[in-house]
Amino acid sequence: MTAELLEIQSFIAQYAPFDQLPEQVIVEVAQSVEISYYRADTMIIDFNDKINELYILRSGVVELYRRKGELYNRLDQGQLFGQMGLLTNNKVRFPAKAVKDTLLYSIPESVFNELCESYDDFADFVEVEDSMRLKHAVKSKTDVTISRVKTLLTRAPLVLPSSSTIQAVAKIMAGENISAALINDPDIEDELGSSFVGIITEHDLCANVIASGLSVDNPISQVMSTDLISLDHNAYIFEAMLLMLRYNIHHLPILKNKKPIGLIEVADIIRYESQNSLLFVSSIFQQKSSEDLAHLSTQLKNCFVRMVNEDANSHMVGRAMSEIGRSFKQRLLTLAEEKFGPPPIPYCFLALGSMARNEQLMVTDQDNALILDNSYQVELHGAYFEQLAEFVCDGLAACGYTYCTGYIMATNPEYRKTRSQWEDCFADWIDNPNPQSLLNCSIFFDLTGVYGRLKWAEQLNAFILRRAKKNNRFLACLAQNARNRTPPLGFFKDFVMEKDGRHNNSINLKRRGTAPLADLVRVHALAIGSPSQNSFERLDDIIEAGILPKSKGEDLKHAMELISLVRLRHQALDIKSGIEPDNNIEPENMSDFERRNLKDAFLVLSNAQNFLKYRYSGNKF
Amino acid sequence: MENFKNQEILNWAAFLQLKEQNSKDSRLRDFYHAGTYHNETPLSEIDFVALDFETTGLDSQQNGIISIGLVPFNLQRIFCRKAKKWYITPQDNLQENSIIIHGITHSDLQDAPDLLRILEQLLDELAGKVVVVHYRHIERDFLDHTLRILINEGIMFPVIDTMQIEADLHRKRSKGWLNFFSKKRPESIRLANSRTRYNLPVYPPHDALTDAIATAELLQAQIIYHFSPDTAIKNLWL
Repeated sequence: MTAELLEIQSFIAQYAPFDQLPEQVIVEVAQSVEISYYRADTMIIDFNDKINELYILRSGVVELYRRKGELYNRLDQGQLFGQMGLLTNNKVRFPAKAVKDTLLYSIPESVFNELCESYDDFADFVEVEDSMRLKHAVKSKTDVTISRVKTLLTRAPLVLPSSSTIQAVAKIMAGENISAALINDPDIEDELGSSFVGIITEHDLCANVIASGLSVDNPISQVMSTDLISLDHNAYIFEAMLLMLRYNIHHLPILKNKKPIGLIEVADIIRYESQNSLLFVSSIFQQKSSEDLAHLSTQLKNCFVRMVNEDANSHMVGRAMSEIGRSFKQRLLTLAEEKFGPPPIPYCFLALGSMARNEQLMVTDQDNALILDNSYQVELHGAYFEQLAEFVCDGLAACGYTYCTGYIMATNPEYRKTRSQWEDCFADWIDNPNPQSLLNCSIFFDLTGVYGRLKWAEQLNAFILRRAKKNNRFLACLAQNARNRTPPLGFFKDFVMEKDGRHNNSINLKRRGTAPLADLVRVHALAIGSPSQNSFERLDDIIEAGILPKSKGEDLKHAMELISLVRLRHQALDIKSGIEPDNNIEPENMSDFERRNLKDAFLVLSNAQNFLKYRYSGNKF
Repeated sequence: MENFKNQEILNWAAFLQLKEQNSKDSRLRDFYHAGTYHNETPLSEIDFVALDFETTGLDSQQNGIISIGLVPFNLQRIFCRKAKKWYITPQDNLQENSIIIHGITHSDLQDAPDLLRILEQLLDELAGKVVVVHYRHIERDFLDHTLRILINEGIMFPVIDTMQIEADLHRKRSKGWLNFFSKKRPESIRLANSRTRYNLPVYPPHDALTDAIATAELLQAQIIYHFSPDTAIKNLWL
């Protein structure tokens, strides 16, 4: 008869991967434990020593080192080491040292092997070193990320001066065997140092030169297209297709930091077709009324499920869904202008929040606003824009984009402001911040123009960035708000463990995961003046700015991707089983893979929230 | 290295031989026959067994043992697969206050054997090893007294008392004249408080086996902090 080791059982049952094992197995594992004590600063195992045990850290702190001595990992209570050695050739891979007084449980290899054989979760867990786990979880599902437009680029674009003759350009194009070239004017330089003024294609040469009998001695600038439609190198290939179809063009310049780094052609992207969302968008633009649009929108769910099934990553799905949402708005606005006549003054229709960040998923409400020309007079123009806003917002609601509960919509007269009123409004939010007043307006700091004078949205964004960047008090208030919504502590078989020890049986992944992540990324992005809106792109800028501790930015990207992936996979599952999709997820419906990795992701979020407090303490102004 | 001079028996090996000759009970004779280590044996060569009793009170003359936990160990390792735990029927009437303390109820003890039924197993586990306890007046005195009642013969064996080690360490320190001026209060030498000085984790109290493991861990830590694997056993056992 062996005795029940209550203390050891209850300890190991708390920690992964043991928390997934049946109770009887825990009892047996506890009985196999040997305990040992190491004083601070003593080696536990050395490189290449023989190893026949798995170690669990009961208390204290242990550091693992790489072969050359640099720190590989730092472990505390409940973490494991030695598994790499057991899985390879029973030689210690990472030497371990107790850096504080440490108590260890060791489990013999025979028990370890039995657990690996009988429990796949256990094997999966120990086969991946934990700091790598989240990265792996995200990577294995996101190979599709390679399909960004930059991956299609094979050569630098041919760039010729605008003073060249048509014939000279045609000769070079023929010699290089290419169908399009970019034209620059060294005398013109915009604020970004780009002097790129046009594009010339075979089609231009045919239509504008040969067909019209123009002399080939004329300068190329006479026949080139100056309507420049281009795309950032980080965009996905399907976005390039959407643009090319929408504008009926066959060549698309690709920009990096606003400078052209290549050209892609329709032929380049045929094999990357992403027909579903593509067809969907083009059919949006063919609908003749808001009723037709509402009817079409019922198919959006299928389109979403297909994308998820095709293993699209969250960044891609978010972009596609946002693009679709924008297309609905654009189409509704054209229909509105047809119905009510052309606008009396120029305007810009804004999308706010997740659509602006290109992070929209299935369940979303509409957040929008209007920028009006400064000549706006309520008695003259008020009625027109009220009608217009109502038409669009009602149309969106009919398409499944529910009305915003906070009434942040263009139908709210408060959110139909002139350009200068908006600037005053943002200036007030930024210059006189308090957490309460900022609570409901953080959504305005993610904005993008959807229709009309898109430039105004860009200019407003630039205004916000300039104003917010150095304002520590504003950033501190925003940071304080970004810490309001905290992630849960972890998951057990059928409940969510909250930090205060409470149990819940479901969790809202948007409210507790992606939204607080987007909030905290926004704070850093505003602090460094990043012009990006998408959280992943903001994180790239933040990493480049170097304001986060090493590798924390990458961790945040992985956490964001993982939480979003789980969210969208569960929405797709809901749709498939005929349930209305939502953002709630119940641990009992999660796979062990999801449960374990969400735990890691929430830890990353929680640490990053703590870091916010330290970085933006607000008393530095 | 610390060196204590408060031994109760000067030559344990010879003492146990003498007991074997005089004992009338075969179980005790077997126990004494296993003998013990030579005085000069280094700690690194010793097999220890940590022992803990839960009792109905603190007075070995009035109260009885209700549960026994033990775990064998050496300087490197504590062997959980060899751990043992028994509930036994106490030799007094179980008092209400100790029920509250131990969380052990009458129903736990309903089918528990009396000590005699498990005596052979218990002595087998202890024989030949050095017994380690925290506060020897519980384990040694209660076992001795209970056996006197049950088989009319007491028992005596060497123990290492982790509480005595703490007491000696701290008494020595608080004796210094500097401490007199600094009015340093003596440290608590109870098991849980002693463990925190070696950064050992906090365990829930009042489970005989958990306490036995806690005691084994404490001795490993004390030896690493204050002694060495080459220290002779005669410096520690009492």
